[in-house]
Amino acid sequence: MASLDDLKKRISSVKSTQKITKAMKMVAAAKLRRAQESAERGRPYSEKMNNIILNLSSGVSDKENAPKLLSGTGDDKVHLCVVLTADRGLCGGFNSNIIKKAKSYFQKISDTGKTLKIITVGSKGYDQLKRLYQDKIIENISFKESKNANYFDADKVGKIIIEKFENNEFDVCTIFYNQFKNVITQIPQEQQIIPLKTEEKDNKSSEDNYEFEPDEDEILGNLLPKNISTQIFKAMLENSASEQGSRMSAMDNATRNAGEMVDKLTIEYNRSRQAAITKELIEIISGAESL
Amino acid sequence: MSEGFNIDIVNPEKSFLSKENVSEVVVPAYEGEMGILKDHIPIISFLKPGIIKVISGSEEHNFYVEDGIVEFKDNTLSILTSSIFDIKNANKKHISDEIQEAEKELNKDDLNDQKRFLLNHKVEILKSISIN
Repeated sequence: MASLDDLKKRISSVKSTQKITKAMKMVAAAKLRRAQESAERGRPYSEKMNNIILNLSSGVSDKENAPKLLSGTGDDKVHLCVVLTADRGLCGGFNSNIIKKAKSYFQKISDTGKTLKIITVGSKGYDQLKRLYQDKIIENISFKESKNANYFDADKVGKIIIEKFENNEFDVCTIFYNQFKNVITQIPQEQQIIPLKTEEKDNKSSEDNYEFEPDEDEILGNLLPKNISTQIFKAMLENSASEQGSRMSAMDNATRNAGEMVDKLTIEYNRSRQAAITKELIEIISGAESL
Repeated sequence: MSEGFNIDIVNPEKSFLSKENVSEVVVPAYEGEMGILKDHIPIISFLKPGIIKVISGSEEHNFYVEDGIVEFKDNTLSILTSSIFDIKNANKKHISDEIQEAEKELNKDDLNDQKRFLLNHKVEILKSISIN
């Protein structure tokens, strides 16, 4: 059995860990509220953008000449995967869930003999992927300096993707991120952004005959790159809300576990203290008896 | 029936302005200023740098935008833009910074005509704001 001193030290160390996790939980909770708000406030923009694009793309009559961002290059050989993760750890399964999802996708790609290229956004994703996929990672972007997810950063990522697309470096682009459902549930998502997947919907809205100024093609050509940035921004917002939520529940668990551990150690400490006292008493009594 | 229509201005971070019963909106569309009244036909267009004028009754609001998309449908005007500010609480410093930036951009050689035109236009508008 550990000595009393050792137990005392362990108790105090667990207690100070508990203090840290508790503080981290509080911070995450405060940040979560803000992140959640901005995720919600950002939704109208991406929804409206999506709507307009849907309306536009259903109006495009000849698919042949449609912008490549919409219809694709016609090839399916090179896949670009953009993996969005956090810059910090200690947030439960947040980062590894995205990585797991991404890895199973990577496996699928390489099984079918296609070429894989990876861009990681956020340093944790890079750290986890670089061991297995070092040669596949073509870019590693990190926004450690910016406090909150902002559109400016998303636009930067979007521009990089578009530039690579225009240089014919890939055919299909998919992004990976965590969708924020609630504090305990975050769903890892894969979303294909190039070529854009437009769900076939009932032809209700395409009946509205829009007037376009300038013409459709030009609008689409201008809108699609913007949409890429918007989708990335949406993913970043969802991600930051998920990160904080995930961290909050992870830290909550850690605090609780530390509390349980303190309880257990305290009991052990008291037991061994009593055992020591009893031992001492027995020694004294038997010593007195033998006299 | 109300006399006006609804306007929603959103930027990526939040909903910037949402207003009902607006009687007229003038937007700096790609091919010139465009005034929109109730029951306009559905239209999608771009914005170039300029001033959005929102008129409801006797009130008039002015906003500066740099780019964006307008969609009008079912008496709802949606404006998606990444850069917008209210001229009333505009920051003089911010404006002059923007002007400088744009002028610096203008001095680059590899500009095409379209871009040059847009930048010139932007400088012009911003200067006219900062005077007032």
